[in-house]
Order: sequence, then C-alpha cells, then structure tokens
Amino acid sequence: MTAVLSSAPGDYWNFDRTANALKITGAWIGQAMPVLEPSMEALVATIADQRQGDQVKIDLSAVESLDTFGAVLLIQLQNTLETRKVKAQLDQVPGHLQELLDRVVAVAAGVKPCPPTTNPVRATIERVGQGSKAVAAEALALIEMLGMVCRALAGVIRNPGRLRWHATVQQMEATGINALPIVGLLSLLIGMVLAYLSAVQLKNFGAEILVVNIIGLAVLREIGVLLAAIILAGRSGSAFTAQIGTMKVNQEVDAMQTMGLDVIEVLVLPRIMALVITLPLVGFYAAMAGLLGGGLAGYLLLDISPSVFLEQLQTAVTANDLIVTLIKAPVFAFAIALVGCFQGLKVTGSAQSVGQMTTRSVVVSICLVIILDAFFAILFQAVGL
Amino acid sequence: MTDPATSHSPDNVIEVRGLRTQFGTQIIHDGLDLDVHRGEVLGIVGGSGTGKSVLLREIIGLLRPATGDVSLFGARLWDLDRQARLPVLRRCGVLFQDGALFSSMTVAENIELPIRERGGVSTDLAQAVSRIKVQMVGLPANAADKYPSELSGGMRKRAGLARALALDPDIVFLDEPTAGLDPISAADFDQLIKDLQQALGLTVFMVTHDLDSLYAICDRIAVLVDKKITTGTMAEVQAVGHPWIEDYFNGPRGRAAHPASTAGQEGKT
Repeated sequence: MTAVLSSAPGDYWNFDRTANALKITGAWIGQAMPVLEPSMEALVATIADQRQGDQVKIDLSAVESLDTFGAVLLIQLQNTLETRKVKAQLDQVPGHLQELLDRVVAVAAGVKPCPPTTNPVRATIERVGQGSKAVAAEALALIEMLGMVCRALAGVIRNPGRLRWHATVQQMEATGINALPIVGLLSLLIGMVLAYLSAVQLKNFGAEILVVNIIGLAVLREIGVLLAAIILAGRSGSAFTAQIGTMKVNQEVDAMQTMGLDVIEVLVLPRIMALVITLPLVGFYAAMAGLLGGGLAGYLLLDISPSVFLEQLQTAVTANDLIVTLIKAPVFAFAIALVGCFQGLKVTGSAQSVGQMTTRSVVVSICLVIILDAFFAILFQAVGL
Repeated sequence: MTDPATSHSPDNVIEVRGLRTQFGTQIIHDGLDLDVHRGEVLGIVGGSGTGKSVLLREIIGLLRPATGDVSLFGARLWDLDRQARLPVLRRCGVLFQDGALFSSMTVAENIELPIRERGGVSTDLAQAVSRIKVQMVGLPANAADKYPSELSGGMRKRAGLARALALDPDIVFLDEPTAGLDPISAADFDQLIKDLQQALGLTVFMVTHDLDSLYAICDRIAVLVDKKITTGTMAEVQAVGHPWIEDYFNGPRGRAAHPASTAGQEGKT
C-alpha cells in the first residue's frame, strides 16, 4: 500500500509540449509534500514557458495515488495558473479519485482565507486597551461578588442555622491545621534569618541586644501575619479556585442552582468564614514560630540567653503590636478567600480554564494582601497604634 | 476457529490472534481472534464491560495485552520502539469518545497539529488542508477558529473526526461516535462516516452501542460475547443463536432499529 516515494520532482510531473498537457505521475500524497510542494513554482514556470495558447490540460490518467494534500496542491496549481491567465483543466481523472477531487473543489470554494495578520503596533495597543477593559470589568465583578457575599452573610447572621457548619469546619481543618507544619517551618527560618542579618549590622555598634527589638517588632507586626497570609493564598486560595472551578466544569454548580441552592451561601461563605477564623490563629502561630527562630539564632549566635531575650522582648513590644496583627489577619483572609472563590466561579468549560483561574487567583490575592498591608501601615500610623 | 499460525494476509488491515486481556484477576478477553478487511466498515458491539474500548486501545497500542498477537498493517506495535511505531500510527486516525480535542487549541490548530508533527508541509498548505477537513466533516467554516469548549457535543465529535482524518489515514477507529447525539445528528453522523469512507476509501473500525448505526453503515458486525468475538454480516451474526445476541438484536430496541421489521411492527402493538 505505501508507495515508494521518489525524491525527484521529475517523477511527479512533466509537461508534454505536443499534447499541451501536464502529465501527473507518482504518488501525490502527504508524505511526498517535502519534494512536491517546493517544486510547484518551477512547475508553474514550466507551464507558463512551454504552453501553447491559454488553455492546458492536467492529465491525471497516470497518477498512482492522491490524497487530500495532493488534491489541494492541484487545486492551488489551477488557481495560480488562473491568475496568470492560463486555464488549466483536470483531464482523465480516474474514477475512484473523482469523488475526492470534487469534494476538495467544492469545499475549497467555500473555505475562507486565514484571518489577515494585523499591524503589530496596532495589535499591541489593542491588547493594552482590551486588557485594561478586562481589569476594570473584573474589579467591578469582584465588588459585585463582595456585595453578594455580604448579603448572604447578613442572611446567615439573622439565621445562623443556614451556615454550612460542617463544610466550614472541614475547610478550617484544610486551611488551618493542615497548614501548620509548613507555616511553622518557614516562619522559624525567616525569624532566624532576620536575627542573623540584623546581628551582623548591630554588632558593629555593640548593640546586639537590640536584635530582640527588631525581631519582636518585625515578626509581631508584619512578617508573621504576612507570611501566613501569603502561604495560605498559595495553599488555600488556589485550592478554593480549583475546587469551585472543577465543580463548574462538571456542571455541579449548575445542578446546585437548579435545586434552588444559593451558590454563594453553599460554596463561598463556608470558605470565607473558615479562612477568616483560621488566618488570625495561623498568623499568631507564625509570629510565635518567628520569635522562636529569632530567639534560637540569638542564643546560638550572640549568646543572648532565653531569659534575657524574654526580658528585652517585654520592653520592646506592647500588646498593641499583637492587636495590629489580629486586626489585619481577618481582612487579609477575607480578601484571599473572596478572590479564590471569585476566580473559581469564573471558570468556564475547559480544564485549561481551571488552571488559568487558579494561577490568577494566587497572583491577585497576594497582590491584594500586600496592597492592604501597605494601607494598614498608613492607617495605623495615623491612629498611632 | 482461525489457525493462529496463519501469516498476515494482505487484505487484512488488522489481525488479532489469541488475545488475552486481564486486569488483576478479572479476564476480559480470552483467546480472541479478529480480522478487519481493507475497505470495510466493521461495527464492534457487546455489553457494557465486555472490553470493546479496551480492544480498541490494544489495537492502537495504548494498552498492552496479556498475551496474544495484534498486528496493524502487518506490524506488531508492541515489538516496535516509539520511532518505528510512527509510520504505522500515522496511517490510523482515532476519534475518541468525546473528541479528545486539545482544549488549548482551536479546531483548526487541532487538525494542523498531526500535519505539522509529520512535517514536510508548508504552513499555508497545512492551513488549507485543515480548513478543508473542517468543511469535509460538515462543520461551518467559522468553527475552525473556535475552541473546543465553544462547540456543542455533536460539533466536537465532527471536529474530532476531522482531526482523525488529518493525515488521510487508511483506517479510522471510532469509539462510540454517535453516543450522546440526538437521533437526527446521529443519523447525519452515520451518513457522514459512510460518505467519507466511500470518498476516501477508508477502513472503519467502529465501537458502538447504536443499533441504527449498525444497520445503516456497517458491512460486518463483530460481537463480543463470552470473552471472544463472533464476526459476520448482520444476518450471519443473528443466526449464531447465542442468547445475548438474540436479546440484543431482537429486544424492543433491536426490533425497532431493524429496517425490514419496522413496517411489520406497525399496527401490531
């Protein structure tokens, strides 16, 4: 069945001057295209040179086999000759090939050309414009979602029985308890790095003891909760998007809606509640782990004994520093969970969309957390906390 | 039945001899023989779980049988390495159940992918061929630039068929091509397969549950019962007298699909 393919274009066609006909020979099939396709220019030139009058025949009587690729090439040849004012006619088509050729001719007439390529500068500007529009639309949709969540929350506050307690507790376990090892380890290490870094500088001034102040303030006010929020955004925010997104792909969300269930109440609220409860706890835990790491590094590196460390810590930080963390944490949690669920609900159709939205969920929620953190820094400065 | 020692006959595109498939302790096929002739439409039927799709996967080299020989165009895929398999596999087109179109690509890109992978074809020609395939399977021209998620189930099947036909294969494998289609679309799809089979001289290996398809387009039927296959024309298979085959063709749905018996059914019940 597989024909032996020649690598010489001359084995596929030759122009018979006396008959004024192009004889097609050999196998005009996809595998022959590397030889055939580049030879088309020479073929057109040959015909243009040697033809008599403005009509030629394309004689197919000796063709070995022909598939869609070969048929398309023949039709393209006909069209090219047409533009050179040569009318080429297919002649002596073997019966079993007629149907294939007819089909290709019929559909080739209706085939629209590939979309023209646009000017790259214009395309870039267009993309910037469309991107900005999309960002604006997304911000608006996120605010709309915030409104829906608040409404659902109000409903649950009026009637606490409506909150899915089981789902909420389950999510608390997944987002809180299961995150403890990784959050603890990372915070401990960051605390140690911070202590080490500041110790090297402070040693120059003989003020090693101030390492404790730096660690205490930094870990309690900023790093503990920020680290916890970023880890949970990567761990849980993405999980929210993937879970809800997969449910959308499986049409589970549609099924829920037809049963009259409120998607926000069933899927979104338990996740937001869970994260709002767990993030302050995980944040506090991260701060403690950070202090432990700092203390450890101080003890090993600077010979600051644990009792000295604690004494210095008491003078360095106040309860306010911890309160600051506990105010920020639920707000971060709300933002992460809201974005995670929002992106999940935006998933459409395909599996690829789930991946895309999950990535976006992590990026957007981490951005939001850092923007909110900056906002809080200014706010606390203003109120003197 | 067939002598396992018979050498490959040039008129057989597929030859399966003494095939045994086993998942754990569960035996799916045992001593199964099957020939697929060049240019025929073969319909594979059998109850759920009898291993119709498994057989298809074994023939195209996705699943290794426990024992037995499977030859495709005279080549035993399991004896070949990846590189040596390619020329054999490029003569096959496969339509998976829900099309299995790559969701990150448009329909046209899906069809161009195997063409580009084989190489040697200019971008222009690859695009022209892919657009012709789109029209050949009866999709509107604007479907070429859509993503699979933007198409209906029936359109996805057609697009999957277009991709299966991208390299002008000698044989196409269809896994339940009409499942999930409405009766009119299913009949259209049957007709499309028949038309393309005749126009392109294809061999068609079709796993199906659809009795209408069997009557409408299959030249021969292969029934999977008792871990083996019984092949023959519709009349031959029905004459075998196996209880499952009796039930299958003479049950209420089987009778309804039978073109000759529909006239007789009217007015009876």
